[in-house]
This record gives sequence, C-alpha cells and structure tokens, in this order.
Amino acid sequence: MIRNFFILIILAGLAAVFVSLFWNFGSSDTLSPLAEHYANNGADEVGAPNLVTSVIVTYRGLDTLGEVTILFLVAAIVSFFLKTGKQEESAPKRESSEIILTASKLLMPIVMVMGIYVFINGHLTPGGGFQGGAIVASSFVLMLMANPRFEINHRIIAIVESVSGMAFVFIGVLGILLAGGFLDNKILPLGNYGEIFSAGAIPIIYSLVGLKVGSEISNILSNFQGVQMKKCND
Amino acid sequence: MLVMAITAIVHKKLTVAVIATGIVSLMASVMYLLMAAPDVAMTEAAIGSGLSTIIFFYVLNKIRKAK
Repeated sequence: MIRNFFILIILAGLAAVFVSLFWNFGSSDTLSPLAEHYANNGADEVGAPNLVTSVIVTYRGLDTLGEVTILFLVAAIVSFFLKTGKQEESAPKRESSEIILTASKLLMPIVMVMGIYVFINGHLTPGGGFQGGAIVASSFVLMLMANPRFEINHRIIAIVESVSGMAFVFIGVLGILLAGGFLDNKILPLGNYGEIFSAGAIPIIYSLVGLKVGSEISNILSNFQGVQMKKCND
Repeated sequence: MLVMAITAIVHKKLTVAVIATGIVSLMASVMYLLMAAPDVAMTEAAIGSGLSTIIFFYVLNKIRKAK
C-alpha cells in the first residue's frame, strides 16, 4: 500500500517535471546559430553533399570516434562474458529449411554489396559507416541463420576491426599535423562536389567506420551463436 | 504502431512480444523516413528491427535451453 503510494508520488513528480517541457515544446521555424553555420558553410568547407555526414564525420568527428569506441567496448565485453573456448564436435543439428538456404545464398552477396555501397557513398547519399556496417553484419546474420555450423573466422574479424580502428585514429592525428585539427578532412584535396572521391578524407574515414562497425556487430552475433552451439551439446 | 507496442508489453508469449518490438521499430523507421531523416531511418531499420530482434531470439533460445 505504502509502496504504491510512493510510486504514485514519484509518477506525479515526473509528470510535473515533464508537463512543462511538453507544453513549451514547439518546432522552431529558424535554425539555431550553430545549425545555421553548418547549413550555410557546410557544403563549401567540407565538400560533402550529405550535410548529415559532414556534421557527423568532420564537425563532430570526435563524437563519432567515441561512439565507435563504445561499440568496441561492448563487443569486447560480450566476447569476454560469452567466451566459449574450444568448440567440441557438435552433434548433427537439424538443417535449416530449403527456403532459408536458397534465399541466403541468393541474398547474402547482394546485402553485403548494398552495405559496402552505403558506407562508401556515405558523403553523397543518406547513410554512412554505422548504417552500412549494420547492413554488412545483417548479411552475416543471414549466413548464420541458414547454416548453424557456420563459423566466422575470428582472427580475420579481429584484424579488420583493429586495423580500421587504428587507421581511423591515425587519420585524425594526420588532420592535426596537416590541416586544421583532429579529424579534419582537408588532408586530401576536396575534389569536385558530388563525386565519389571528393570531400577529402570523409569516404576513407566512413569506410573505416563501416568496416569496424560491421566486424564488431558480426563478432557479437557469432559469440551469441557460439554460446548457443555449446548449450546444444550439453 | 501503438497496437504493436501494447502487444509487446502485454502479450504472454515472449516470441510474439519480440516480433512486435521488431515491427514497432520498423514502423518507427518508416516514420523517420516520412519526417525526412533517411539516415536515422536506415539505422533504425537495420539495427532496431533487424539485428536486435535476432539477438533477442538467440537469448530467448539460450534461456529456454538452460531451463
């Protein structure tokens, strides 16, 4: 009874806090000064038609590095807790259905190419490293679902992941040395507006982010898969 | 979307609830697309409705085996 009363009081307090926020909320017609600067000068300074990418990778590049680091930590912790060790010979498992097998053989390369396209074209079209990496990882999911005994080579994933992470930081430091600051994209020529090799280092940075995100998420998923295999053997 | 969200909370079967959460995030990604934010929509569709649903199913399977 008294517990319910406290819960009600807390709920009422939260409502009182948020109701003013709710009533005062209105979509603003004008941009804030910072957003206005990005919108007016972003195309000239960064040279990327996709303004979101120019904000994410160049103006707020450090935040992106932080996000990638958080994802790396998550992958490391998952593989630490779900460490399966050596896999013993698994009993013959039930095969996946014909539909999933055929569809995964057909779709896997297409989905993967789609992911790579998304992160290479991150500065031209919507999308970018995180989205492309997630799409690449979902192609691995398709493969894992179709073939339960399929194992992703952990060593290759680890090498791809750490090399791309180090190259990301290395490009950032090059930005300090050659251009205006950490993760500045002007270490390479800006190129023609709207071409694929334009906007300085953004395509390279976003491809590295995409590789890193894709390998991390596939690593997490294959760890889950490994735990499941082990449970099946018991 | 609201119906699916309520289903995800109140439904007795966990499998149905997980699928309902996947549908909720799929619809959320469509709404992001309608609000002219394709970048966020792609992230939501790939991670929210794709990968996290799969992870939920793996975990559900593992819990069921452990019982």
